Amino acid sequence: MSSPLRREDVAHVAKLARLTLSDEELDTFTEQLGQVLEHANDMGALDLTDVVATAHPFGLINVVRDDVVRASLDRAAVLDMAPDAQDGRFAVPRIMGEAP
Amino acid sequence: MRSAAQIALDVRSGATSAARELATSLEAIAARNDELHVFLHVDHEGAAKAAAKVDRLVAEGQDPGPLAGVPVAVKDNICQRGVPTTCSSRILEGWRPPYSATVIDRLLGAGAIPVGKTNLDEFAMGSSTENSAFGPTRNPLDPTRVPGGSSGGSAAAVAADMTPISIGSDTGGSIRQPAALCGIIGVKPTYGLVSRYGLIAFASSLDQIGPFAKNVTDAAMLLEVLAGHDPLDSTSLPEPSPALLAHVGDGVNGQRIGIVRELVEGADEDVVAQVHRALDALRDAGATIVELSIPELRLGLSAYYLIAPAEASSNLARFDGVRYGLRVDADDVTAMMEATRTAGFGAEVKRRIMLGTYALSAGYYDAYYGQALKVRTQMIDAFRRAYREADLLIGATAPSVAFAFGAKTDNPMAMYLSDVFTIPTNLAGEAAVSVPFGSGEAGLPIGVQLLGPGRSEARLFAAARVLEIADGRP
Repeated sequence: MSSPLRREDVAHVAKLARLTLSDEELDTFTEQLGQVLEHANDMGALDLTDVVATAHPFGLINVVRDDVVRASLDRAAVLDMAPDAQDGRFAVPRIMGEAP
Repeated sequence: MRSAAQIALDVRSGATSAARELATSLEAIAARNDELHVFLHVDHEGAAKAAAKVDRLVAEGQDPGPLAGVPVAVKDNICQRGVPTTCSSRILEGWRPPYSATVIDRLLGAGAIPVGKTNLDEFAMGSSTENSAFGPTRNPLDPTRVPGGSSGGSAAAVAADMTPISIGSDTGGSIRQPAALCGIIGVKPTYGLVSRYGLIAFASSLDQIGPFAKNVTDAAMLLEVLAGHDPLDSTSLPEPSPALLAHVGDGVNGQRIGIVRELVEGADEDVVAQVHRALDALRDAGATIVELSIPELRLGLSAYYLIAPAEASSNLARFDGVRYGLRVDADDVTAMMEATRTAGFGAEVKRRIMLGTYALSAGYYDAYYGQALKVRTQMIDAFRRAYREADLLIGATAPSVAFAFGAKTDNPMAMYLSDVFTIPTNLAGEAAVSVPFGSGEAGLPIGVQLLGPGRSEARLFAAARVLEIADGRP
């Protein structure tokens, strides 16, 4: 049985997930991920049209707390662990501008 | 090593001190950690402070709590304020959380002494600890073999008598499978029983923190401390911690226990033989054995390996070089994120992120993720039907005893099959315990798995205790 997954699918997904893959990694991952998806064909063969999907074991209900002010994490302690910070904020490289 | 219950009793009575028990634990760690690679970080300073506090409370005539002076090892995907927390990933190397998980606060509040952070498969993705970016943990019973995973370090810490108890997380078997391979007790509690606040998320609808121990009583005692509603976790069950310790001696008289064909098929002969020996022990203790088949369980692996990666691909999007951990510099923010994630994540994490992204992507969502969620519904319904015929279910925890390093690293699908018997419980949000019972190939331990519906922990511990006694550990 041929893999349902093509090399270009993996390259596309890697781009979406912000990962750079070498040619060799692309080959390996295409084969390995294809095996997992092939295994999932046992599910694909089932007719589950009338079955309701379960995203969470007990069903999620919104939980809200009272709207009262309380202490949060210390900003300095949080920023101290960031790769870069400036003026009480996380700092990142250029966002706008020419494409690299 | 003495049991956690005995240590706590002696510390509370003043027969020993928390400082002395900590020193014993640290000596055991120092003696074998280089060989076994169990701890990624030992928190000498924090542990000494916690022990001093317990000893001061005892001296003042106050009760430090049910785990007074008991050293405990913590899986390194659970945040502890100021203590390095890596998830065994380069992407979090050097990060020290600015807050503690609720379970850490509960442990400290009960007088326990967190001694350090244990190795795991990167982001809890794996069944052998071979996916740790910092090198694998060795099985204390046979250092040429894996301890199982992903909580391999926490299982090995207890098996090697470094700490009497430890905590791990179980998303598809990551507590029960290493417990089986290391010959100790491992518990996957009901979803929501233990707060996940401060557990670095892998698959949020499946993840659950739970205990490792050498005996059932210690496991029950530890879970009582960990469990109970937490307003910081919106999926936390609304009720207080259940009474577990009081029911450990309840036995199984009159209980119906279902042996599930799908939870032993494909397991090695030595494993199947021990499951059958466990059935005899339960029957001798007054249980009725029911034979069941739950064909839906065969679909668990397929559903899990779409649902868990889908949730992981979303949860791990936060590791982008902005707020914590590694950053690989680049000219613009997108290139920085891509360079950081490419350098920071290992192969298995990349595989699962891509699998999940694919399963959720336009055109494939219904066929893969959507179908898996429907199979999840079928599995929950199938368990519900089974629990009309049996109070508890039984099967194998893992298909084989501990395997050799490298045996499954080239074939992800073979590694995934290590969790084939443990995954269904996570998909259903229910509870299960792995109990060491007999031995197999090369004299290595075998784990028998007891499964129950949500909130059945007390009954599971009672049955586990019956097996423990039958296996010669009164």
